[in-house]
Amino acid sequence: MTRTRIAGALRSPLTFSVLAGLLIGALFLLGTGADPLTAYQAVLTGALGGDGIGPTLTTGTSVLGLALALAVPLRAGLINLGGDGQMVLGGITAAVTGLASPLPAPLTVVLALLAGTAAGAGYAVLAALCENRLGVPLLVSSLLLSYPAVSLASYLARYPLKEPGSSLPQTRALPDGVALPAFGDSTVTLGLVLVALAAAAYWFTDRRTAVGYEIRMTGLNSRFSAYAGVERRGLTLRLMSVSGGLAGLVGAIGVLSFPYRFVDGSLTAPGYTWTGLTAALLAGAAPLGTVVAAFFFAVLQVGGLAMERTTEVPRELTQVLQAIVIVFLAARLRFPSRWFGRRSREREAV
Amino acid sequence: MFLDPDLLMSALRALTPILLAALGGALCERAGVFNIGLEGMMLMGCFTSVATSWFTGSPWLGVLAAALAAAAYSLILAVGAVTLRGDAVVLGIAMNLLAVGLTSFLLRTVFGVQGTFDDPSLAGLPLIGGFTPLAYLSWAAVAVAALLLSRHVWGLRLRGVGEAPDAAATLGVRPASYQYGVILLSGVLCGLAGAQLALGNVTLFTENMTAGRGWIAVVAVMLGRAAPLGVLLAALLFGLAEAAGFRLQGLGLPQQATDAAPYVVTLGALFLTTARRRRRPRTRSSGARS
Repeated sequence: MTRTRIAGALRSPLTFSVLAGLLIGALFLLGTGADPLTAYQAVLTGALGGDGIGPTLTTGTSVLGLALALAVPLRAGLINLGGDGQMVLGGITAAVTGLASPLPAPLTVVLALLAGTAAGAGYAVLAALCENRLGVPLLVSSLLLSYPAVSLASYLARYPLKEPGSSLPQTRALPDGVALPAFGDSTVTLGLVLVALAAAAYWFTDRRTAVGYEIRMTGLNSRFSAYAGVERRGLTLRLMSVSGGLAGLVGAIGVLSFPYRFVDGSLTAPGYTWTGLTAALLAGAAPLGTVVAAFFFAVLQVGGLAMERTTEVPRELTQVLQAIVIVFLAARLRFPSRWFGRRSREREAV
Repeated sequence: MFLDPDLLMSALRALTPILLAALGGALCERAGVFNIGLEGMMLMGCFTSVATSWFTGSPWLGVLAAALAAAAYSLILAVGAVTLRGDAVVLGIAMNLLAVGLTSFLLRTVFGVQGTFDDPSLAGLPLIGGFTPLAYLSWAAVAVAALLLSRHVWGLRLRGVGEAPDAAATLGVRPASYQYGVILLSGVLCGLAGAQLALGNVTLFTENMTAGRGWIAVVAVMLGRAAPLGVLLAALLFGLAEAAGFRLQGLGLPQQATDAAPYVVTLGALFLTTARRRRRPRTRSSGARS
């Protein structure tokens, strides 16, 4: 039994996609004249070595947060493409709350986190309402709503909330103490714990509750779940509020960590939303798989910088790699079954 | 005055890339392929046109190369969605991501710069009467697509493939061939759209320079109900929004308002049309795809 299970895992489109992605990445590296082994080694040592693990976990916090945010609706077959807008609104709301709150610092931190989460959730609900009430597909409504939100936050950070005298497009720094506690002198904050708790909550909901079952059923076969009495509009609304809330939380965590302010572009430029979406897609939105995939991509993203330093290959290669993995996965390519000694030809349902 | 010939001219210039991409998307939609990879195909066109124009000195070769490269790129969707029956939505998203990564990677390996490649000696497309030849081509393409879809046997078969693939197959039409055809055609059109953007509207390449125009084109397809004339009107609306945004920037509004204008207008238009459509009784079940 174990043998068939291992063979099955090796034959899964997932293995094929990741291996094919790494192989094509190696061809790219050869094409630029670099040694693929050195480059991949640089990615690993750069991301997991003593100097790299801190940045990897910091990046991982944001990537995992957004991966979870996008996995939650994806589990029911819904794609939220508005992660950027929801995250940025969460960030700017947390910054405003942190600057304006009269409460003591620890309470302000909690309030800022809650405000950021609420802002993201509210904005995502708007996208869900567009689908439910106005018939605009969620995919499109969430993405189109994202652009004005990013523009609005950018405007706020550049004009009304701009730090006086600074040449950078950023708000004032949050007051002393209004920050998530960091581990030691690293940049890793309590945010990682919050995101990990969110992942645990998602795992529990998915595996152990009726709601999680409904969500999975809807993702597997939405017509069946509708027949069985799952109310799709309500589900869309709830899933999107959770999704946007998580994205907003990531934005708030970003603002409450170094450099303790909202800097225009600092949340969107690293492409957390897209990396998160890639991770969620790769894992098929399964809770544990999403965590593993998010970590994998955080390693790639941080290790890409080290690779660039060692081999002078542009770090954009890691983004190419990510996308290739998803292309293969979506095309559902896999190794032929005879490679793993399976005699019987099982035709899979298409 | 706000509404003057100048505004219309700049609206028509902003219109061209969207229109070309949206026509491609509309044809795919008619053949039953949900193509959201327009953005990525356009971006590949942008980069290829700039690179080719730079190395050969000829913007025309740039346009040709852009069309070919984007068509080749569209094969990912054709093979993945038609032959292997993968998820077109996920493929489209992956194609858009891949295009951003690939063009940024190539920008750094080929030109050795990060962010933007901009050189005074980079040859752009010539203007005829204020527009590039590609602009005239896009208007002609609307007419050709409209006639083809409504009057020609290919158009009839194409629509048949989209609405009832099994019935079409029974009549001896191969759905896969038609779907491959429109996807490749949408690649060519998106390549031209990218060339127009990078060698017409401006003469440079910037990372992610399509900036959501491919998505606007997807919305234009929805707004125009995948009919060439409808798509033209929808794309024109976007062009007007972009041109008006620039005008407002001249009047002292911040750049962010300009950036957001096309998306807000598009969403607004989408609300209005879908709201009107919902009040009418549905005659046939809508082909809703999540």
